[in-house]
Amino acid sequence: MKYMFIMRATDEAIEASKAMPFEEMINKMGAYNESMINAGVMLGGEGLADLSDGSAFVVDFSEEPPIVTDGPYGETHELFNGFWIVQVSSKEEAAEWASRCPLGPGSKLEVRRVTEAADFAEFSDNEYIQKEEGWREQEAKLRAENA
Amino acid sequence: MAGTEEARAEAAARTEATEHSVTTERSGSLEREEATERAAAVRRRLDAVWRIEGARIVAALARATGNVGFAEDLAQEAAADALRQWPDTGVPSNPAAWLTAVAKRKAIDAWRRADRLDERYQELARGLQDEDAPGWEPVPDDVLRLVFTACHPVLSREAQVSLTLRIVGGLSSEEIARLFVLPVGTVQQRIVRAKKTLAAAKVPFEVPEPNEWGPRLGGVLRVIYLMFTEGYAATSGERWIRPDLAGEALRIGRVLVTLVPQEPEAHALVALMELQASRFGARTRPDGTPVLLADQDRTRWDRAQIGRGRAALARADRLGRGRGSYALQAAIAECHAVSPSVERTDWAEIVLLYEALGRIAPSPVVELNRAVAVSMATGPATALAIVDELAAAGSLRGSHLLPSVRAELLARLGRSNEARAEFAAAAALARNDREREVLERKAAAT
Repeated sequence: MKYMFIMRATDEAIEASKAMPFEEMINKMGAYNESMINAGVMLGGEGLADLSDGSAFVVDFSEEPPIVTDGPYGETHELFNGFWIVQVSSKEEAAEWASRCPLGPGSKLEVRRVTEAADFAEFSDNEYIQKEEGWREQEAKLRAENA
Repeated sequence: MAGTEEARAEAAARTEATEHSVTTERSGSLEREEATERAAAVRRRLDAVWRIEGARIVAALARATGNVGFAEDLAQEAAADALRQWPDTGVPSNPAAWLTAVAKRKAIDAWRRADRLDERYQELARGLQDEDAPGWEPVPDDVLRLVFTACHPVLSREAQVSLTLRIVGGLSSEEIARLFVLPVGTVQQRIVRAKKTLAAAKVPFEVPEPNEWGPRLGGVLRVIYLMFTEGYAATSGERWIRPDLAGEALRIGRVLVTLVPQEPEAHALVALMELQASRFGARTRPDGTPVLLADQDRTRWDRAQIGRGRAALARADRLGRGRGSYALQAAIAECHAVSPSVERTDWAEIVLLYEALGRIAPSPVVELNRAVAVSMATGPATALAIVDELAAAGSLRGSHLLPSVRAELLARLGRSNEARAEFAAAAALARNDREREVLERKAAAT
């Protein structure tokens, strides 16, 4: 089964992390990723840019048409700032790996099981479920070409 | 350090004991139920820790003791202690360190009991007692030594597979038994016997000498692939695919690649397994009946996994040492993976790849697969000649593969009566229940 580790941090935690030498952080995260690659469990992951470069925005669907804004993320938001996808044999194994992530106070990993085709078995004839596989194909092709 | 931990564990145990005495009025059965649930939770947690740390723990013990069998015994005893103690004390904050420390103490106790504290062992015992002693942390090559020992040629294939799953994959006997649908006792016996064989043959805890490296690495790759194929197309039993077993093989393959990154065939084996596993979702219907390649819904192939497989094959190719047998098989699987349908598959390329494979790794199964590819590229008549030649040589006797391919070719040539007889013959030889059903249906429909 696959799990996604969703990394979230409060503003305070993000501020605190800026006090730590960036290279030290990269080294710690790198060692963590490497340990999961060496164990054959890591399938992928990405980090997300923080808000400072103005690249982030929010699309709010509570109105029609949806409203695009630079925020707000709320006053006590926990910013989603990266994720991993791992392949493990149990919830407990996912928990073991997640707890090894080098994060500090104020940071959280939300751990979620990735749905599989079996979760949508009753919709397997659905045109869009099949199309989704097509999208995955394009993505995979790109990835293979860039590898 | 260890002292504080023990004190903490004791305090935790005392707190729990108090809590227990407060709730004595609760029914005994409820408490028993909770105790069982607690034990099961510990078991699951231990299994997870073992899967991640088991190889390194056993490797460290093997390095310190020079004996993989003894190391594995110690590790198992430590795990048994954990199962007994953790439900009451709670899981320690660093379970792997706890297990290692317990196993180390057991090593020293065992030597004392055996009165073998001669100079060498005294030194080892001192090293084992000192937490920070160098030589205790496994060096990366220790896990590789473990892989080579578990797949050592003095062991039977079954023993190699079980021992690899156990000490490299970190699986318990129960988990291995479940994967192979075998009684737990059988798996335990295999592992005990494997350890005795390693001891009797005085197998050193070392990677092979350069002149043996190639064949020994080939042996390791074969063990992993055998594990995978047993999961991919189970040779017996009622299920056709055991994705969990194939998944374990793939995981161990990925571990191996990080240990020998300069070996193209290790990358190629991972590529082959990723590409074949990408079809799992389409290979069975919800009721478990197999769907053959031609009939598979290709939109259900796992494209992300195909991407990983192709990337692994590209890494093998980039090492620039040409394609070995796994790379050729992966390249064949890649041809299928990138084709939108059976008709639009590059069968001519597949025929070339099978010809190359047949030259470096000749086998009747490869020849039979080449015949199938030829039938698609050129036509069934040419292919039938290849199959008939195989049959005349008595190859694959007793396997359902040859008659089932022959039956398909005869059916395509319109020789229905002969085809029906061949399908029936193939069905009679199939050992997997699901496969037999498919062949019987074909016999009836021809």
